[in-house]
Amino acid sequence: MRLIQETDFGTPASRSEKTVTLTIDGFEVTVPEGTSVMRASAEAGIKVPKLCATDMVDAFGSCRLCLVEIEGRNGTPSSCTTPVADGMVVHTQTGKLKDIRRGVMELYISDHPLDCLTCAANGDCELQDMAGAVGLRDVRYGYEGDNHVTARQSDQPNMRWMPKDESNPYFTYDPSKCIVCSRCVRACEEVQGTFALTIEGRGFDSRVSPGMHEDFLASECVSCGACVQACPTATLTEKSIIEIGQPEHSVVTTCAYCGVGCSFKAEMRGEELVRMMPYKDGKANRGHSCVKGRFAYGYANHKDRILNPMIRETIDQPWREVSWEEAMSFTATRMRGLQETYGKDSIGVITSSRCTNEETFLVQKLARAVFRNNNTDTCARVCHSPTGYGLGQAFGTSAGTQDFDSVEHTDVVIVIGANPTDGHPVFGSRLKKRLREGAKLIVIDPRRIDLVRSPHIAAAHHLPLKPGTNVAVLTSLAHVIVTEGLMDEAFIRERCDWDEFQDYAEFVADPRHSPEETEAITGVPAKELRAAARLFATGGNGAVYYGLGITEHSQGSTAVMALANLAMMTGNIGRNGVGVNPLRGQNNVQGSCDMGSFPHELPGYRHVKLPEVRAIFESLWGVEIDSEPGLRIPNMLDAAVDGTFKGIYIQGEDILQSDPDTHHVSAGLAAMECVIVHDLFLNETANYAHVFLPGSTFLEKDGTFTNAERRINRVRKVMSPKNGYADWEVTQLLANAMGANWNYTHPSQVMDEIAATTPSFAGVTYDLLEEKGSVQWPCNEAHPEGSPIMHVDGFVRGKGKFIVTEYVATDERTGPRFPLLLTTGRILSQYNVGAQTRRTANVAWHDEDRLEIHPHDAEQRGIRDGDYVRLASRAGETSLRALITDRVAPGVVYTTFHHPGTQANVITTDYSDWATNCPEYKVTAVQVTPSNGPTEWQVEYEEQARQARRILQAEPAE
Amino acid sequence: MSPEKLARMANQIATFFHSKPHDEAVTGVAEHINNFWEPRMRAQLFDMLANDNEKFDPLVREAESRIRAVN
Ligand code: SF4
Ligand code: SF4
Ligand code: SF4
Ligand code: FES
Repeated sequence: MRLIQETDFGTPASRSEKTVTLTIDGFEVTVPEGTSVMRASAEAGIKVPKLCATDMVDAFGSCRLCLVEIEGRNGTPSSCTTPVADGMVVHTQTGKLKDIRRGVMELYISDHPLDCLTCAANGDCELQDMAGAVGLRDVRYGYEGDNHVTARQSDQPNMRWMPKDESNPYFTYDPSKCIVCSRCVRACEEVQGTFALTIEGRGFDSRVSPGMHEDFLASECVSCGACVQACPTATLTEKSIIEIGQPEHSVVTTCAYCGVGCSFKAEMRGEELVRMMPYKDGKANRGHSCVKGRFAYGYANHKDRILNPMIRETIDQPWREVSWEEAMSFTATRMRGLQETYGKDSIGVITSSRCTNEETFLVQKLARAVFRNNNTDTCARVCHSPTGYGLGQAFGTSAGTQDFDSVEHTDVVIVIGANPTDGHPVFGSRLKKRLREGAKLIVIDPRRIDLVRSPHIAAAHHLPLKPGTNVAVLTSLAHVIVTEGLMDEAFIRERCDWDEFQDYAEFVADPRHSPEETEAITGVPAKELRAAARLFATGGNGAVYYGLGITEHSQGSTAVMALANLAMMTGNIGRNGVGVNPLRGQNNVQGSCDMGSFPHELPGYRHVKLPEVRAIFESLWGVEIDSEPGLRIPNMLDAAVDGTFKGIYIQGEDILQSDPDTHHVSAGLAAMECVIVHDLFLNETANYAHVFLPGSTFLEKDGTFTNAERRINRVRKVMSPKNGYADWEVTQLLANAMGANWNYTHPSQVMDEIAATTPSFAGVTYDLLEEKGSVQWPCNEAHPEGSPIMHVDGFVRGKGKFIVTEYVATDERTGPRFPLLLTTGRILSQYNVGAQTRRTANVAWHDEDRLEIHPHDAEQRGIRDGDYVRLASRAGETSLRALITDRVAPGVVYTTFHHPGTQANVITTDYSDWATNCPEYKVTAVQVTPSNGPTEWQVEYEEQARQARRILQAEPAE
Repeated sequence: MSPEKLARMANQIATFFHSKPHDEAVTGVAEHINNFWEPRMRAQLFDMLANDNEKFDPLVREAESRIRAVN
């Protein structure tokens, strides 16, 4: 094992297809037109000294270290800013260049502390490297003159000196070491798109400053780490490097937080993780990261993590730590006992969207081959199940159509029901980059999300619709496109079912779908909507990106179909820059769906009713597979309350916190006789569990995650599981305790089984992933290297299907008792129910959930910013603090759900999507009133949770 | 599950299919239920259709004969 060192080519790659040949130091080099001389040299293996250039940002040409001589040209141009030309002859090392470079370095070093031996960047400092590279041997100037290095000078405070800024929990800024190369400033602008940093002052006075001379934590900085990565010195340094030292080896793995699926190098010392560095070759993130993947991994070592299995007879008892053997035999006996008493369908599983594909595959296999029923579901039920259903109906596959790179070719973007800068930050940054290059943006969201207006970006249209009216708005957009004749008829005739389109066109053309008519329902001004429709239909490559604001509605599946309709009628499918793109919440939502987690379908989205599909698994597994669909999560809970569903194995999910209508979930869990929670922490669901099986983190196991672009990325083990077993091993122990005879010794064998049974994965092996880094399914004989873009020559289902999408108002309506609409979302620094991120320093940014409310609604109720308010719906009530803002429209309130104390799901109801039972999180009628603290339920819940978490101290050994 | 919730779920499905031609709609409702409803839910549905059928959208009632029996 070694430390992976990625080559820094100095400037970004050119996309030109035309090539240019030149000579550098006697070697002939051929590169794309537009490449810099510096990059061309690097490609030929010649390293020109440099400080202010790095290939993550555009060249700036300020340090004057990278000078070269070019035959026939005067002077010494900087190689980072000079583009190559045909026949150019370049010399990178001449006597003149050597002298200039030494002079430059001497000036830098004379204003830089000489504490290399004790500096955190020792061994990883470009300033140090360059001093060596140019042969700097002495420095003629001391610190007597003006400098930024010493706190005091001639017994006076040195006004140029600035103290360290340690406000960010993850990195420090030490201005005394800054060489003002502006790499950090450019990284923040070009890569992250936040524009948090500036260079203050001029000439010798200039210094890097977050915001308006603030500290990092108080500034706009979102702690993505790009500036730290870009900094060539120790000025911006990870605190973990300062504490631990430089890493000695690294392993490429995949972030376990969101559906972007960023690749990272886990940089290690032995089994200690030193830092996570975004991996440039990662095709989802291209070397970028967000605060979660880059820094928020501390939960892996958190003191709350449970490392031993625990059991208890009943949930009012304290937990008892036991051996793995005892835990497994207790569990297996109980589960089998339940099946004997209540029938084989009385138990089931919930697979995890956080675990690997291999782990998920085994959990659904446990249900199907060992429990012998189809009672398997996954938390994707509560987020993207409508995506699966809707896109499956329209196109024939249950997945997004593009890769993330596609956004670089997009001209008009619709973002609907998603908040990429918070929910999918790295994709958000890539999107912002494209928008700064001139692509147009249409945001359809009840809330004014950051993208609507942020530095150097303004949405062309923001349609602030009333929560619950997505289908009305989308159908109205289609109305404009069809009635104004803006559709792409050639595409529709060629690729879709023309007759179906005729029916559909007749439906949408009806005047009741016109924006002027729907305005009353949706609240979206007709003029804006018309303009947005025209822009999307005529603005070039159009792409749709959507999130849970589309799916988590009673018409979630219908809305997904409406998006598919829009894309098809405008011809925006099947090439770069277009498509319908679900932004997946958790890291492996896509994978958990692919792996057959849903109760009605086997891996690869094939219905259990199909005998030919069952036969594939039956012959491999040697058991008969039930042909009836099993229970979905909400149905399991209903059946539990009815007394026919008694036992459940939940891997890596916290349904009590994440599922709607908490009272109903807790009633269902309380009615069961064997609840097995397999997780890192005693989560909220575990308050109702009889068995706790400790889980492993993504750092402790091998496997694969599949991100929102269908990309299968490797997860690699960098340390031994602290709990003793990787999660796939735990499932195998349980299966075997229940009589299965599984003998997997490595997750690659599970992948082989997936490939052998699932056509879209037929070509996937760990060897291929090793070779390619990652592949996007379908990967099989027809697409041996995977499929970045789908439906290129035709839809998977044959002809694209236009589906009539009639708007139906949700039953959840406001009225005199509950006059406001609540919608929910997430923020950047926290993740989902927060079990992981709350156990990291990320709480510096978000230590509680707040209720956003419009000033008008707040004033009417006598609520001031920061006041405790009571939030009530017909399902329940909770309390939290108010945040007054005009980001939400009057009549709408908004909150996140990252903290268990808030219990936002006590409020949400059991209404759900008509097709998939995906809960209607995004619309709940509520009332908000002033209050003076937690509700009775919150207090009771705290007490119940405290009781349920007691762990019996082990008895002293004899 | 509560009868109200079951009826609401069935009626929601019917609502979607209302915009289809009649026969397609009836089949659509039946197929959707066949594909996604576990036998316990279908049993409760049959039970309610037999005893309490005014809770249901006419499309659901018509679809009954095409919904798979529970054994
Ligand atoms: S961490 Fe990211 S957002 Fe913050 S200043 Fe650095 S580049 Fe900008
Ligand atoms: S902080 Fe680092 S990257 Fe930024 S200007 Fe200073 S030395 Fe360069
Ligand atoms: S964008 Fe998502 S996958 Fe990437 S680092 Fe952040 S949380 Fe991880
Ligand atoms: S690297 Fe080219 S001028 Fe600094």
